[in-house]
Amino acid sequence: MSPDLLYALAGVVLCGIGLFGFLLLEHLLRRLLAFNLIGSGVFLVLIGLAQHRNGPDPVPQALVLTGIVVAIAATALAVVLIRRYYHLTGHTSLADDGEAQS
Amino acid sequence: MRRRLLLFLTLAACAGFTVALAAAVLHAAGAALPSALPEQLAASLGSSGVEHPVTAVLLNFRNYDTLLEIGVLVIAGMVGISLASTSSLEDPALRSSDSLLYALQRWFVPLMLLLALYLLWAGADRPGGAFQAGAVLAATGVLMRLGGLPMEFVRPGVLLRLGLVLGFAVFLLVAVAGALAGEAFLAYPPGMAGGLILTIEIVLTLSIGMILLALFVAAPVSDEHEPEEGAGP
Repeated sequence: MSPDLLYALAGVVLCGIGLFGFLLLEHLLRRLLAFNLIGSGVFLVLIGLAQHRNGPDPVPQALVLTGIVVAIAATALAVVLIRRYYHLTGHTSLADDGEAQS
Repeated sequence: MRRRLLLFLTLAACAGFTVALAAAVLHAAGAALPSALPEQLAASLGSSGVEHPVTAVLLNFRNYDTLLEIGVLVIAGMVGISLASTSSLEDPALRSSDSLLYALQRWFVPLMLLLALYLLWAGADRPGGAFQAGAVLAATGVLMRLGGLPMEFVRPGVLLRLGLVLGFAVFLLVAVAGALAGEAFLAYPPGMAGGLILTIEIVLTLSIGMILLALFVAAPVSDEHEPEEGAGP
């Protein structure tokens, strides 16, 4: 097993952890972090898998660089939306009132 | 009891997903499917106008991705600003009187601007480029904002709008001009690729820094009329 494949497998584990957090956590910020964890896992899989086959490959690297910038912008936009939602409703999760209190 | 069952089910589902994904990755790693992409790239690098392969892919061979990416950024920035109350930038409570932060700022802001410029220039032949430089530029802006330095250009107005769309507009202009001149859409005229890429990178850096900073500033700041952070009803 090459180190590059190890990176890809670490990305797989990150995807799993992120999915777990995304499904189970209720606080919107934690959900956003979990979602970002999935994204980072996908980036690792892309880079690691391509490097394992071809050696350093500029095409997936450029793809992931584009992805990182879009992910940053999407995260910032999500934080703006979450803060707006919090200011309007006072809630930090999407659960409705009855569920939030139980 | 129901909650524990839910936890167990989720854990099992995520573990299953991870194992399936790992199997897929191992399968893809084992399948010897020769791809000549790096060789093709190295062969045509000379005609791209830059010397670093990642920059060549980003701004020449796959510049469609980059154009769409800056488009996504512009849309995100616009949505963020339209949700915001940027007038609170003038809030005196936001001005820090921390002398350590002021002293740090005096050292850091010029250095970070210089670093952004270096990253932009280095993109031609080594790791670097518009995105890294734009990120450093945005970080400089965040530092200035936290320190309470007045920044005219992030208030709603002509400068903000110009800064947000500059990168996308210039990139699109180059793409359409190429198409009108008889090349393919987004293809640079032969011999001009290097200069055009540098121009696009400069405006992209400005726009990316501006958009990220605008999104940071746009996160609505709590004032007396709205609930305090962490003190929900």
